[in-house]
Amino acid sequence: MKKQEIKALLSDLFTRQHLAVLATQAPHGPYTTLVGFVATQDLRHIYFVTSRSTRKYAALKADPRVSMLIDSRTNRTSDFRDAVAVTALGEAREIEKEGAKQTVDSYIAKHPHLEDFVLSPSCALIRVEVEKYIVVTRFQQVMTLDME
Amino acid sequence: MTTRPRPLKDVGAGDRSCFGGKCYALAELARGGFRIPDGICIGFDAYEQFVSESSLKARIQFEMGRKKSEDMRWEEMWDLALRIRNMFINGGFPADLRAQLTQIIKETFGESPVVVRSSAAAEDSSERSFAGLHESYVNVKGTDSILDHVKLVWASLWSDRALLYRQELGLSTESSVMGVVVQRLMPGETSGVAFSRSPDSRESALIEAVHGLNQGLVDGTVEPDHWVVDRASGTVLSHHPAERHQAMMPAGEGLEMVDLDSARAGRPPLDETGLMAVLEMALRAEEVFGSPQDVEWTLAGGEIYTLQSRPITTLREGREDDQRTWYLTLTRSFENLKVLRERIETRIIPGMEREAQELEAAGMEWLTDSGLADEIDRRIEALDRWTKAYWADCIPFAHGMRLFGQVYNDTVRPADPYEFMEVLSGQQTLGVERNRMLDEMAAMVRSAPELARILRQGQSTGAYPQFTAMLDSFLEKYGAISRAGAEEPPPAEARSKVAGLVVEMAGRERTDAARPSRNAEQLVRAFLMKFEGSRQDFARDLLELARASYRWRDDDNIYLARIEAETARAVDLGRRRLTEGDYEYAGGIPPEDVSRALRDPGYRPSVAREPAAQPEDRREQGLRPRQLTGLPAGPGIGTGAARVVADSDDLYAFKSGEVLVCDAIEPEMTLVVPLAAGIVERRGGMLIHGAIVAREYGIPCVTGVPDAAVLIRSGDRVTVDGYLGIVIIDEDSARPAADSG
Repeated sequence: MKKQEIKALLSDLFTRQHLAVLATQAPHGPYTTLVGFVATQDLRHIYFVTSRSTRKYAALKADPRVSMLIDSRTNRTSDFRDAVAVTALGEAREIEKEGAKQTVDSYIAKHPHLEDFVLSPSCALIRVEVEKYIVVTRFQQVMTLDME
Repeated sequence: MTTRPRPLKDVGAGDRSCFGGKCYALAELARGGFRIPDGICIGFDAYEQFVSESSLKARIQFEMGRKKSEDMRWEEMWDLALRIRNMFINGGFPADLRAQLTQIIKETFGESPVVVRSSAAAEDSSERSFAGLHESYVNVKGTDSILDHVKLVWASLWSDRALLYRQELGLSTESSVMGVVVQRLMPGETSGVAFSRSPDSRESALIEAVHGLNQGLVDGTVEPDHWVVDRASGTVLSHHPAERHQAMMPAGEGLEMVDLDSARAGRPPLDETGLMAVLEMALRAEEVFGSPQDVEWTLAGGEIYTLQSRPITTLREGREDDQRTWYLTLTRSFENLKVLRERIETRIIPGMEREAQELEAAGMEWLTDSGLADEIDRRIEALDRWTKAYWADCIPFAHGMRLFGQVYNDTVRPADPYEFMEVLSGQQTLGVERNRMLDEMAAMVRSAPELARILRQGQSTGAYPQFTAMLDSFLEKYGAISRAGAEEPPPAEARSKVAGLVVEMAGRERTDAARPSRNAEQLVRAFLMKFEGSRQDFARDLLELARASYRWRDDDNIYLARIEAETARAVDLGRRRLTEGDYEYAGGIPPEDVSRALRDPGYRPSVAREPAAQPEDRREQGLRPRQLTGLPAGPGIGTGAARVVADSDDLYAFKSGEVLVCDAIEPEMTLVVPLAAGIVERRGGMLIHGAIVAREYGIPCVTGVPDAAVLIRSGDRVTVDGYLGIVIIDEDSARPAADSG
């Protein structure tokens, strides 16, 4: 698979999928949750929103190294062959919503039902700076795409 | 509406979408008063129930998705079909379905022999016939055997041929289904086909007939008598008699080719009354279906039976340039393979060997330029001639292994669909023999450290006459092992390269691979036990044929490579002379132009330029393979530094314990196989060189990895998982050059 093809595959997947699995390092070990996300065109950044009182927020503040899983499962046996699973590795950082109007707009455009949630003062906008993607297709075909 | 299995005559006009084209057409004929052998139809529901309840549906889906179908070679499709077929063979019937089928089969046929045939959804429609994509089985006896053959017909929905035409057929795990028709076998004295209207003339019909059953005619092993008949009057317009020697007859469970006695050989299979009966039947079928028909029939006990009728399709199954029509010809019958074997063993291989020896013996140093030009042309012509023979006969003969594999899997039902390769491996192929010589030389070096030092320093081995003689004989026998089109190394260089390889091999424990495994003998015994009486002779013959097919698969290449190398030797000499003359660089001149330029000093070929330098790294910046999927072709796990082999220099640089990565294993590459920790190949298939040689030496092997030689670089640390068919590339070793510092 060519780099261009992989990038197109990721863009398409990130547009279609609403939810990602976020893995953070919590005191007892890895901690996973589902988050609504949006990714930038150049695939360098993935944004999600979380309330500041959540476990995940505490965890990523303590250790910003996170990983996210975005995939195209449909809960059918054909998924084993046909589903694409992408793991993003990177660092998470809170971004001031006031200075990131475009990002907030893009997020609301993708998840209009989350508008109140995003704009709530108690919610933080988190940006993950992606270092690399690990892309799995056809069950066992694995390619790594470096983003730096 | 229920679609329980039912007698043929009870299939209604509206049932086509439940039972398929063949069931429908036969039922229609029965209603039209044609004489049809008794039969039952098994609808699409039964297939659906079988694949769903045995979880086969999901497994087929999984196999089909292993690789993009457009990336699949024909051989990989054959492998895929074999694996799917094995799933059907080993799949169990749901209890209620088995009970239903058992009851109707017993009631209808008792112990009488039957024919089990496919009735696919799109089959026998007027647009395309796709004849022969699915299987039919003739002379099957007893309920259990009939049920086994029903599964085989179902499996043929996924035959290699069907996979080849999957797009046109709309083949999909979600929606594709298969019906089956089981009919009493009519042991006709005479059989044949009829076209109610000739493709060449609207006024005439064509009739072909053979003695015995028509399977010999259909698969092309028995030549038919051929008549052109006027449709209106029945007048015979022409008759081409066949050379009648043999007939296909029922024997045991299956068919057998028997010699005709002189009385039958001397008379046409049809007399005038018979011809008229066949013509009348074909014309009536045309009336029933409303379009010209292609009818199969048989004459038994003076009565004419219609076996099948389908529209004559005007569309060819593929365009002339459609490679798939050639693949379809690669599936050969046992009889046809026997003929091929005879031709390969008595004419092609001895001929190639003679040619290679003559070419190798011919000195070219003293030839004038025009003499050399003649020699180059002669060699190009010889290479062309043998390459054609190779494609026409040797490649199709490889089907012997496949045919054996199919019969083996049908009878033994192994869990591993490639167990039959173990029965075939461990023979003395030329490649194995060549590597054994290298092994022996390596053993000599191992026991004499001084000899290793001499070889490393490139000194004379005169003090070791036994070794020297063996090296001489190796070089004489296998030449310098250069690839076609590559620069042939001068003799001294070839010698030192082979010596280097021997020293490398000496650094390693002696390999004991490529010995016939004890297991193989047990497997053969178990296989032969499955056959009774005269069928055991057939099984023995088939095994013998498959072993020949396996042997030649490797050896024919080596002989052809010798002729290729000899052609390259002459062309290289020509290029050197041109370079010594007023050509600045002659390396890029095509062979035909080399001889022309030698004859005509004024001739300037247009492509005499430097070859483009190969880019060092064709991998894209920032994109790294982590795990690549192919097909498991040799079990085991091996880890080592990758060595991407593109030419003979890469080959001689090969170090013990490296992983051989290449586009396609060429015969000469098998040299370094004993040194390899694993093999990765872009070209896919279980029966290709790489896979065969890897199995012989017990080396983990993964084939059919798209872009293997591009994505993996020499030096990358890779793990070859020959169980799963995957290759894992170490993260650190695969870092792009930019961030390694």
